Amino acid sequence: MLIKKPADFRYSEVTPKDVYFSRRTFLAGIPATFLAGRELLSPSARALAGNKLPNLAKSPFSTAEKQNSYAEVTNYNNFYEFGTDKDQPAKLAKNFKTYPWTVSVEGEVAKPRKFTIDEILKLAPLEERIYRHRCVEAWSIVVPWAGYSLSVLLKLVEPTSKAKYVAFQSYFSPTEMPVAKFAGISFPYVEGLRLDEAMHPLTMLTVGMYGEALPPQDGAPARLTVPWKYGFKSIKSLVRIKLVSRQPETTWNMANPGEYGFYSNVNPQVDNPRYSQAFEHRLGELRPRATLMFNGYEQVASLYAGMDLRTNY
Amino acid sequence: MLRRRWAKVVLFLLCLLPFFRLAWRFWNNDLTANPIEYITHFTGDWAIRLVMMTLAVTPLRRLLHVPDLIRFRRMVGLFAFFYASLHFLTWFGLDKFFDMHEILKDFAKRRFITAGLAAFLAMLPLAVTSTTGWIRRLGGRRWQALHRLIYLTAIAAPAHYYWLVKSDVRWPLFYASLAALLLLYRAASWLFARRSNGTPATKSAEPAVP
Repeated sequence: MLIKKPADFRYSEVTPKDVYFSRRTFLAGIPATFLAGRELLSPSARALAGNKLPNLAKSPFSTAEKQNSYAEVTNYNNFYEFGTDKDQPAKLAKNFKTYPWTVSVEGEVAKPRKFTIDEILKLAPLEERIYRHRCVEAWSIVVPWAGYSLSVLLKLVEPTSKAKYVAFQSYFSPTEMPVAKFAGISFPYVEGLRLDEAMHPLTMLTVGMYGEALPPQDGAPARLTVPWKYGFKSIKSLVRIKLVSRQPETTWNMANPGEYGFYSNVNPQVDNPRYSQAFEHRLGELRPRATLMFNGYEQVASLYAGMDLRTNY
Repeated sequence: MLRRRWAKVVLFLLCLLPFFRLAWRFWNNDLTANPIEYITHFTGDWAIRLVMMTLAVTPLRRLLHVPDLIRFRRMVGLFAFFYASLHFLTWFGLDKFFDMHEILKDFAKRRFITAGLAAFLAMLPLAVTSTTGWIRRLGGRRWQALHRLIYLTAIAAPAHYYWLVKSDVRWPLFYASLAALLLLYRAASWLFARRSNGTPATKSAEPAVP
């Protein structure tokens, strides 16, 4: 075989990560003792990237497939705010300040409110869900996410009868994300789901992975994970959730409507003009594998009963 | 200096450097989380760079008055073909895993594949006929005409790149502009030669080299 498989470290064994990433410049000059004190005093430090998320509940939604390594998932990212090369976000997002953080939930809801990241971490018991993640570029990974169903949060704000869709928005700051101007897509990044998709138990509000708070390049401190859709639907670094009555605009659809539809369900029968969607490369494997309908999450099929998935791609 | 024998040896080693770098990264398991994509991009980048360099030889030797540069064009061209072949084979064997059904579907449906294949196939006869023996067999003029196929590669390769990227088109546009410049130079010098040599009898002794 030509390709050597990467060493299969378990994430718990990847000890020198802090050194390796040397995250957060503001930590650099601070004596370690002071830092330790600060984290002990402030319970909210849990939300900081890399901090352990203990007592994750197991989830029946988890796959038993082999997980990708932490190193793979954190050094190979599409996060165009931090560069269009896969290795750029790990480098350019390392000083991204994701604490304090608030997510505003608004629109067609009875109880609009802002959630701090600390509140989000405590809305429901955190679960570990091992999901397949399929990128529209025909590669895939298996990631142990930490979080809970987005429906938990949506129910709290009580969507009105007018709410039919949910619009999501990522954080954007041209000064903190100076390379974003070269990405060729518009920012802030926006995404959307139909309300029933957003309320589906598989749709996850994600705050961590590999038993830790999310690192910046993977969408810290809170992101969406929608495992039956192409990866770009799983918006990163969420700041706004708005319930709306009409189908919201989505970033990739605006950039190239012929290629990226609103639904963007994983579908091996409907090719993207650029990529065949029949096969995918699971990172760490040599042979391509067949892509499954809805990325193998057949339980969502009923959401699309009667719909032509060729036109609603 | 350019006439020295070792100049070609140096160039040969320089052209191999990217390959050694790739081999080194392979050896050290440092081909990123997606080695297939990394190898594809790496070899593609070097193929297009070297294609542009071969096309730059003629303008540079005229503009800088360094006619000896021509001695190196064949080697640069062959290395462009070498990296393009690795690029093609990576796609064919590793990405598509020799799945002819998927490959044929790609040819027909994806314009970036069609353009990439055109760019590669145009180089194939040039690589084959690159030897002195073939120049003699074909005769200088016919050989030269055949080798103008590189202009097709010069257009198809940046098109392939442009259609491939999703949104950040800076590099494809850079290569497209470079190709445009290099081809415009030829168009301009051809027009200029035609105007200054009204009659066929006094036709330029040095025809526009590909």
